[in-house]
Amino acid sequence: MAAIIGRTSRQALLVTKSGTFSPKANFVSFKGKNGKKWVVAMVGAATVGAVGVGAALATPVLAEGVELHPPKYPWSHNGLLSALDAASVRRGYQVYKQVCAACHSMEYLCYRNLVGSIMTEEEAKKDAEEVMVEDGPDEEGNMFKRPGKLSDKFPAPYANEEAARFANGGSLPPDLSYIVPARHGGEDYVFALLTGYCEAPGGIALRDGLYYNPYFPGGAIGMAPALYNEVIEYEDGTPATASQCAKDVCIFLRWASEPEHDIRKQMGLKAVMIFSFMLAISYYLKRHKWSVLKSRKIAFKK
Amino acid sequence: MSFLNKVYQAVFRRTSTFALAVVTGAFFFERGFDQGAEALFRYVNRGKLYEDVKHQFGGAGEEEEE
Ligand code: HEC
Repeated sequence: MAAIIGRTSRQALLVTKSGTFSPKANFVSFKGKNGKKWVVAMVGAATVGAVGVGAALATPVLAEGVELHPPKYPWSHNGLLSALDAASVRRGYQVYKQVCAACHSMEYLCYRNLVGSIMTEEEAKKDAEEVMVEDGPDEEGNMFKRPGKLSDKFPAPYANEEAARFANGGSLPPDLSYIVPARHGGEDYVFALLTGYCEAPGGIALRDGLYYNPYFPGGAIGMAPALYNEVIEYEDGTPATASQCAKDVCIFLRWASEPEHDIRKQMGLKAVMIFSFMLAISYYLKRHKWSVLKSRKIAFKK
Repeated sequence: MSFLNKVYQAVFRRTSTFALAVVTGAFFFERGFDQGAEALFRYVNRGKLYEDVKHQFGGAGEEEEE
């Protein structure tokens, strides 16, 4: 390809050589000669091609295992300007609290994070007070338990990793605070994982305490199916089917990993608006200032 | 034209008033721009933001499907 471009551009250069230096007085022109334009076009095309090849080479080739890849789901927050569905986030929090929190911690989330995003301050306080938090030391040097406050983190179900592994047959339930950005496929993967349990196909023997999930790398996962129809009862009356719960908890996990999600998209909108406004102004000003330069005539006389 | 002329004479001609005009203009532009952009965002996402769904929770009754 480079050879072709080299040859054609050389020809183009040769063509432009003749007749460039005429002794006649010329008007200064900012427009390139036709040949030069052609060279520019070719260089441009070559650059685009090179970028394309580079991008193709940079895309990783993922090893194809036996696991399924999750389909792309039409999440309501997929668009560039689409906020998270707050009602869904709130239902997802309920699913997490009543189901997943039995095994999974979310150590980077505090009760205060809920205020104003999915519940009122009073509701968040009430939720926090339901858990007992270790605090201290008091004046005698003893640690004591007190009801949670807004500033407290979500409680962890296990005291440490060893306890978590011991209770789950050797598998560690990961912290869910950042699980969505931490997995290929994000919420698509988590949704597919939660709803994708099935019988192990013939020939695959599962160790005791493992379950078959085609979306989990390797297929054998240490988490029992957590969601089924009517596993909880939603406070807003939405029918709690397994897929509804999975969808809500996925949106909740996305929110948890990115509480600034809505503000970020709003700032993006503002940035696009203000920068396109400023681009229009600078284009106008450029034309305005250059109009003098472009329309002047320079005549060379003997 | 005479209106623009008047504005020019009154405001933009002197540096002090020009600077003042820039500052107050920036203030009001920023307010208007922010409110406008936020209203647009709320319009695009109507029904999804917390303010829109608040009433569905907490209080008994009023159930709404998405
Ligand atoms: C009975 C305890 C238990 C419950 C309840 C539970 N999990 Fe798990 N979860 C686990 C264990 C154990 C693992 C680790 C599995 C492994 O590594 O084989 C895990 C792993 C995961 C993973 C990571 C999978 C991966 O790719 O590594 C996600 C995501 C997950 N759970 C989400 C959830 C969600 C969401 C809920 C609530 C609906 C939930 N879990 C409920 C025990 C549980």
